[in-house]
Amino acid sequence: MTAAPLSFDRQRNWWAVHTRTAYLFRRTSRLVVSLVLLLTATFFMIHLVPGDPVRAALGTTAPASLVAARRAALGLDKPLVTQYVDYIRNILHGNFGTSLVSGEHVTDVIRARGPSTFRLAGIAFLVVIGIAVPLGLLMAALTRDSKRRRLELGFTATAGALAAVPSFLTAVALVFFFAVKIHWFPVAGQGGVSSYVLPIASLAIGPIAALSRIVRVEGLRVLEQDYIRTARGKRLPARIVYVRHALPNTLTPTLTVAGLLVGGLVAGTVLVENIFAWPGLGTSLVSAVAQQDYSTVQAIAVIFGAVVLLANFAVDVALGAIDPRSTILDA
Amino acid sequence: MGSSRIAQALRSPVGVVASVGLLAVIVLAIAAPLIWSGDASRIDILHASQGSSSAHWLGTDALGRDILYRVLVATRLSVVLAVLAAAIGAAIGIPIGAVPALFGGRVGRLVTGLINLAVAFPALLVAIFVASIIGVGAHGAVVGIAVAIAPYFARLSQTLSSSVAGSEYLAAARMIGVRRFRLLTRHVLPNIAEPLLITSTISIGDALLSLAGLSFLGLGVQPPRYDWGRMLNEGLNRIYVNPEVALGPAVAITIGALTFALFGEVLAKAAGAGGARRWLRGELPASTVAAGACDGDDVLAVEDLTISFPGGAVPVRSVSLRVAPGEIVGIVGESGSGKTLTAMAVADLLPAAAHVSAAKLCLFGSDPRALSASQRRRLLGRSLAVVYQDPMSALNPALRVGRQVGEVSEVHHGISKRAARDRAVERLRSVRIGSADARARQFPHEFSGGMRQRAVIAMGLMAEPKLIVADEPTTALDVTVQQQILRLLRDVTVSRSSAAILISHDVAVVSQLCVRVVVMYAGRVVEELDVDTLVAGPAHPYTVALVASVPTMESKREQPLASIPGRAPTPYDDIPGCPFAPRCPRASERCRAEMPPLEQHSPTHRAACWHPVNVLEKAAV
Repeated sequence: MTAAPLSFDRQRNWWAVHTRTAYLFRRTSRLVVSLVLLLTATFFMIHLVPGDPVRAALGTTAPASLVAARRAALGLDKPLVTQYVDYIRNILHGNFGTSLVSGEHVTDVIRARGPSTFRLAGIAFLVVIGIAVPLGLLMAALTRDSKRRRLELGFTATAGALAAVPSFLTAVALVFFFAVKIHWFPVAGQGGVSSYVLPIASLAIGPIAALSRIVRVEGLRVLEQDYIRTARGKRLPARIVYVRHALPNTLTPTLTVAGLLVGGLVAGTVLVENIFAWPGLGTSLVSAVAQQDYSTVQAIAVIFGAVVLLANFAVDVALGAIDPRSTILDA
Repeated sequence: MGSSRIAQALRSPVGVVASVGLLAVIVLAIAAPLIWSGDASRIDILHASQGSSSAHWLGTDALGRDILYRVLVATRLSVVLAVLAAAIGAAIGIPIGAVPALFGGRVGRLVTGLINLAVAFPALLVAIFVASIIGVGAHGAVVGIAVAIAPYFARLSQTLSSSVAGSEYLAAARMIGVRRFRLLTRHVLPNIAEPLLITSTISIGDALLSLAGLSFLGLGVQPPRYDWGRMLNEGLNRIYVNPEVALGPAVAITIGALTFALFGEVLAKAAGAGGARRWLRGELPASTVAAGACDGDDVLAVEDLTISFPGGAVPVRSVSLRVAPGEIVGIVGESGSGKTLTAMAVADLLPAAAHVSAAKLCLFGSDPRALSASQRRRLLGRSLAVVYQDPMSALNPALRVGRQVGEVSEVHHGISKRAARDRAVERLRSVRIGSADARARQFPHEFSGGMRQRAVIAMGLMAEPKLIVADEPTTALDVTVQQQILRLLRDVTVSRSSAAILISHDVAVVSQLCVRVVVMYAGRVVEELDVDTLVAGPAHPYTVALVASVPTMESKREQPLASIPGRAPTPYDDIPGCPFAPRCPRASERCRAEMPPLEQHSPTHRAACWHPVNVLEKAAV
């Protein structure tokens, strides 16, 4: 019983490593297929527009020569297959073409405005995780074993209502109270730290409510498990029981939901940026849609779509790495 | 869902709020434009852009039109567009989702993959992009939102229809050659209609919010038409001057959307009702503290221990138990006899809802109930070890075994993480886990059941336990492993001269290890005896039956195994007499009327029976 189990273990580790690699390969190929589908869909978008998008963008008064020149500049006069190949090649080189309306490079717009948007969404994401996970776990600890029914009811009702209110309404309410009534924060614009507070709060409050509810339910499930009784049986302080023994076991579902939240946060920026006059991609997107600047819309669609796909990919890879049983690897 | 269940759900407080809200929204959508269109479009330049006043509760817009009337009139457009978007979304999504169930194979997998991909994208962004293709305006917004929510309908109908697809009757329908469209309309859809209907209601709320969002961004309804989102857009520019102008539409959007969401939730609750029984309801007073004097050198002395739960269950009644230093005491009984709860009460590991009362509870010479929380933790943490029934679930799947074993010493002996690990490896070795050093670095799922139970025992040995409570430690294990674990348990108790309580439903296991045995039935101790008497002949008919039900090498194979007819009373039954009487061949009227006390038969033998099996009879048996 000395050497045999070890070699057996080595074999098991070998398998473990290889299922992990296989999983990574499967997941990566799914990401690539998804990205190709995203690019294809956005490519055809401009061709689905009824009528002539260039004419629509430049207006009916634009001279025919200008429309033809813009069409040529965009390559819209080439065969479809050539356009498609050019489109993919250009995007892979970071070239998103030129704006239908202003003629400037869309890549420049993205470079100038993208960081603002992703800073907003990124900080909001961290705030959501940083508040929702401890809050949900605390609620689970307080309401376990059917204790404190009133607190439980109050929490689920409040969180349920907050989760249902969309970010733009939260934003209006926050602006009303904190900017108009008590002047704590600026109404709009990007400036110092204080200008970030309201936009991030508008983005984060709904997801915090939704995620903390899920964490609480998940926490209650974990706290009922036998291994928590074992931990209590070891007479560990409550802090260690919750943080070391319960928290890691709530991580898998929490991360899964958090991955879904990224999409919602990115979408939320579009509305929130418009309310707070934030110089990001969301404001660009809305004005581009209004001006029928299809190439800019297309580029922002690619960027947002890719961010969502990459976030889901990152979550899945993280789940495969942290879950010791790696149940996800077989999926 | 039965119509009575819906009616019942709608009569609940939330149900009433939801139905009244929904009714109000529908009535407003129909009536408001008929009554107030004139007021809503009356231009009054003299009173333009005003705040709230008695004439205009929510103020006026840039043309002096009354905002309250406009909010009310806008109900129709806002709700109609939302219903339209949800309906189109359902019409696109549901058939697509049914494709995998109807066609299966490669087409099905492809559609499933596309649905999964589409669901990953945020609905609002999809809506904006589709709307930008179709053209800015109400049309574009409705179609955009419909396309954006279609994947959710598709996903739902896919999961639902695949569960129907696997069913027998669909296979039968396919076998007799029913055409696919007919399969969809006659067999699949009716069976998934209910959850789809609920989802549709909820998604009207979502569509309402999304439409308001698009209109708010200026991408939805265009002037001169107006919906709530459009009005919010116009109001927001004036939020500094007249905030109520923005808050009116904002409140309308919230109420409108919440009403549909709430109504859907009520329907969903009604559909999913039943089975959600909460028996742990109500409060009980905190566990009674009646700290008696703890003298004598018993490791454990319990008198009159009663455990009850809210709802009237009393699974343990007036149990007394003593364990001397170094003694191994067995508790036997069928499942539900209260033996595990008794042990967990001693270990202070009962669920919080349990209510414990005892005339005396002494552990290592002090009453744990009289100690402060930290004193109790220290006392129990250093002197008491617990081995649990199911080693598969007793270890934390997310932590390495070495850490789980070692942390006892980190906490209770204040040694470093590293030293604790070393000690854990040493203890794992002492419970005969091979290559303990490597094993300590593994996760529980890499351990077999027997090894996990060894690890749990090692965990208990980190301190120097004076009492080991083993709750059915071998029940979940293979027969061959059972013997090893029992031998290990005996070795560790003997070598550390600690006492032990071994709980089992198996008389054979208990008689192998224990000196003294306590027999429990329906939450009571019915007999207490030494192992020799247990083998030679117990006094209580229940114990006799329990021993007889154990097959031995001498049992005749052609004879059926002895079993006890009838079933034990539940913890809810309050029986005046002996709980075993209904199943007992010797029971008399007295047994049914009066609970027998524990009668001393010899210094090491007590039994609670009016008609004990006596020595002469034993000889006859």
